[in-house]
Amino acid sequence: MSVPASWYLVLAAVLFMIGAVGLLVRRNVLVMFMCVELMLNAANLTFVTYARQLDDIGGQVAVFFVLVVAAAEVVVGLGIIVAIFRRRVGATADDAHILKG
Amino acid sequence: MVPAVLATVTIPDAITFVLAAAITLVGAFGVVLMRNPVHSALMLVMTLFGVAVLFVEENAQFLAAVQVIVYAGAIVVLFLFVIMLLGVDRKERILAEVFRGQRPLALGLGLMGLAEVLLLGTSHWTTGARSVAGAMSTATGASGASGTYGGTPSLNTADLGRSIFTTYLLPFEVTSALLVVAIVGAVVLARRPQRRPGAPDAESAAGQTIPSDQPLGSGGTGAMTPPAGAAEHDPASAQPAPGALSAAGRGGGSAR
Repeated sequence: MSVPASWYLVLAAVLFMIGAVGLLVRRNVLVMFMCVELMLNAANLTFVTYARQLDDIGGQVAVFFVLVVAAAEVVVGLGIIVAIFRRRVGATADDAHILKG
Repeated sequence: MVPAVLATVTIPDAITFVLAAAITLVGAFGVVLMRNPVHSALMLVMTLFGVAVLFVEENAQFLAAVQVIVYAGAIVVLFLFVIMLLGVDRKERILAEVFRGQRPLALGLGLMGLAEVLLLGTSHWTTGARSVAGAMSTATGASGASGTYGGTPSLNTADLGRSIFTTYLLPFEVTSALLVVAIVGAVVLARRPQRRPGAPDAESAAGQTIPSDQPLGSGGTGAMTPPAGAAEHDPASAQPAPGALSAAGRGGGSAR
């Protein structure tokens, strides 16, 4: 018998919280993006776990779409980061305060 | 309770899970705690491999392969490319705190959320808890019932493809629109600021000198371009007059 699903769910919850805390704590924009990827991976792990547990392939299809959306998000996000860096030199999110009134 | 669970779990599965979980968690902590963004990206690769191993463990072989190929092979490379392109691979003073009390607040919020999720996840009502008991057979059962591939163990790709191309066909098609929008957005964002809206005019004027009576927008946007870029384009079009410098940069920029 394989590992029970609750282990995977606990691992996914821990992974998600590491990503969330990292997103809140770190100030480098690229590292913040990586933390978003961590959170997406935790959600993917949960999807796959429930796909196995509920015997439904739909969870894996959801992971497939999450992968596509994550790739698109990273492309656009890194484009925005490059566009910001072209105007000002700064590696942290605090430097991007152009919109601040 | 724990020995009862451990009695049902086979040893290789448990060892695989523990190792992959350790790899995943170490990589995740490394992403957050590493000071150099390059090291964070490499730790992210480690986490993604750990999650891919867990996918294999959960009979999602296709997704494990896609995880390695797309995430570790494309997205992390994109991260590293941007890090190297922008030259931000210097160490961040990770202990410097901009807002007072942000770190303890973030940690407190994270631990609170984790406790909440664990509390809800171990209770019965979030999962429904009805199909927990014997549902360890994966989606292979569905296609095994169809009789096409009965018996062979690795049906994950066939099942996933059948489901995507039948049940989830419309989202799959919408995904293509999403990708096109993302590509167009990336191109628009990554392009240098346009000097002048009239593009076909600039292409014909790339080889010859441009008269100085250009529309107003060209001067305004030309001032926004860094002088290094204009000086870079200047020897290429060989315009010695300083008045034609912005025009040469314009022509070279649009022809490139």
